[in-house]
Amino acid sequence: MKSEARAAALFLAPALGVLVIFFALPVLAGFALSLTDFDLYSIGDIHNVRFVALHNYASIVKSDIFWTALGNTLYFSLVGGPLTVAVSLAAALLVNAKAARFKPLFRTIYFAPVVTTLVAVAIVFRFLYNPRFGAIDRALGFFGLPAIDWLGDPHWAMPAIILLAVWKNFGYNMIIFIAGLQAIPDELYEAARIDGAGAWRQFRHVTLPMLGPTFLFVGIVTAIGYLQLFPEPYVMTYGGPLNKTLSAMMLMYKEGFRWWRMGYAAAIAFLLCLVIAAATALQMRFQERS
Amino acid sequence: MKPCRPLAVLLLVLLVLPGVAGCTGQSRSGVEQIEFWALGSEGEVVAAMIPDFERRNPGIHVTLQQIPWIAAHEKLLTAYVGDATPDIAQVGNTWIPEFAAVRGLTDLGPFAKASKTIDGHDDFPGIWATNVVGGVLYGIPWYVDTRVLFYRSDVLASVGYPRGPRTWDELLDAMTRIQRERKSRWGILMPTNEFEPILALALSNGSSLLTQDGTHGAFEEPAFRDAFNFYVEIFHRGFAPVVSNTQVANLYQQFAQNEFAMHITGPWNVGEFKRRLPPDMEGKWATAPLPARDASAPTGISMAGGSSLVIFRASHHKEAARKLIEFLSEPAQEVRFFTLTGDLPARRSAWETPALARDPYFPAFREQLERVAPMPKVPEWEQIANAIDEHGESAIRRAATPAAALADLDRTANDMLAKRRWILARAEGKR
Repeated sequence: MKSEARAAALFLAPALGVLVIFFALPVLAGFALSLTDFDLYSIGDIHNVRFVALHNYASIVKSDIFWTALGNTLYFSLVGGPLTVAVSLAAALLVNAKAARFKPLFRTIYFAPVVTTLVAVAIVFRFLYNPRFGAIDRALGFFGLPAIDWLGDPHWAMPAIILLAVWKNFGYNMIIFIAGLQAIPDELYEAARIDGAGAWRQFRHVTLPMLGPTFLFVGIVTAIGYLQLFPEPYVMTYGGPLNKTLSAMMLMYKEGFRWWRMGYAAAIAFLLCLVIAAATALQMRFQERS
Repeated sequence: MKPCRPLAVLLLVLLVLPGVAGCTGQSRSGVEQIEFWALGSEGEVVAAMIPDFERRNPGIHVTLQQIPWIAAHEKLLTAYVGDATPDIAQVGNTWIPEFAAVRGLTDLGPFAKASKTIDGHDDFPGIWATNVVGGVLYGIPWYVDTRVLFYRSDVLASVGYPRGPRTWDELLDAMTRIQRERKSRWGILMPTNEFEPILALALSNGSSLLTQDGTHGAFEEPAFRDAFNFYVEIFHRGFAPVVSNTQVANLYQQFAQNEFAMHITGPWNVGEFKRRLPPDMEGKWATAPLPARDASAPTGISMAGGSSLVIFRASHHKEAARKLIEFLSEPAQEVRFFTLTGDLPARRSAWETPALARDPYFPAFREQLERVAPMPKVPEWEQIANAIDEHGESAIRRAATPAAALADLDRTANDMLAKRRWILARAEGKR
């Protein structure tokens, strides 16, 4: 028994060691940092660091810009998240349909954006979004619609970012949905058909309930990812125009690396962590009930 | 997240080890390597000038890194913290107080004094001053940048100011007449998210922006307050449209269509205006120094912008880096740099080149550069500047009275400067 426990501990040690060194310690250090006023002056002379307790947290909660950033992040997650899940599910249903041909080819095509480097994607999208020679506005013009300055107009910048994110991410969820769909036994559909259920009712009463756990997983992973929105605005808009695409992570980055207010930035990170934990808990609760 | 396997640790160790060994990688035999970070298009263009330098200094090899402007500030600070700074770098001259505060830069004073090429008296005094923090010279100006008035000479001539308004009164009168006689849709375009027009007006009115010791905002002082009120009045009287620069779809087209008669902007737009305005606009636009507060001053005062070359304290090749700075500061090289980039030379002697002296648009910059002022030299300045246009916009949009906006601006600035006050007070206590 004892030697077994020791063996287990030995086997676990490397993984735990890495976790402690690369996860637990940095998190603790980050929390400690968030209780100080570490800033530009502190780089020059470490004696310029003061312990400020929860002062950073208090001033963040009082600042307008934090709520703007959080609002933008929620906007992105609440619109972009469900949209991504819906597109993923639609793509999964199409690829998994009995009538579909060249399934592996389409799976690869839809998955390709996930494995493409975001910066490369962003550069292509910046061309697509360009109001003067971008393909999207050309297409709008073809239908007689006015051109939209996607990344320059405060009202359209976030939708533009959402479109990019949906396109970039739906492939990953699609693969998971396909796995979920394939795990649904055919007998259930057979039974439903015998009972006279059409395609829609089969989908509504067999497919959707059976995909419950998959939805939970996909929903949580997408929410966590989307609440950490960062690279898309960083490469596309740098938070502008008028802070309309400034996400909480983007704010943290700017405070930390633009102004070098590390203590303040660390506190933003912990607040964001709380928001993500709350969102995850809410989703689990919601899923449990239904 | 569970890719934490012993294999991963092994891989990490394998990855890190050669890195550690490789960090100290030194030069080829006998040739001194210096690392030079240059920003944006300047970084691309200076690559063409380096071979000349290396031919003249066969013992030095320059490794050039091009860094996009938008990432440059972060990258330089991070490099400093990570002890990975280059030997020499181009920095925006408003960043110098920050790098001085973190003690990242070398004092260039003795070098500038001893150098035969570098001559502070040949530089514009306001620009040179941006490089001096606490009496120490940290950078050598490379090229300069400031803002002047671009205007439609046909419109301004029709209201009696063919050479542009020279004082605030003339400016107000010109805008009033343009509006009354419907000469242009708007008198002037000042995008509400740009703090530069507010700062230029305040500097022209003698404001120091912060208190002399840089510990408190001086935005409620009469010098700033009157300039701020003047700025807000321009909007409230309908002389300027309340738009941000992201809402200006095509500046050049709108200028050509006579949407606005004046605009405060920088040297890069000389080339853009020449290129983008339709041919029939030729001879219908001009540049002038910013209007003075009143006739007692020759011109208004604009912001001292541009880039400087600095040497980092951690550099082991300071002598070679100084040679590169000397080379790039030669008037002939500055002229060449101007022809390649359009960036204005820092030295007055370089301005004698016909391309600048005989151009119809650049002499206004030459005149303005004699009257430019540095921003307050505190590391917090850029953050404070960002708050200025936000407060300007809230007064323009009548979300706050000008007085309330300024009181809040002072409060915001004082908050940002709290740490600085604490550090200064502590230093005082130690003495």
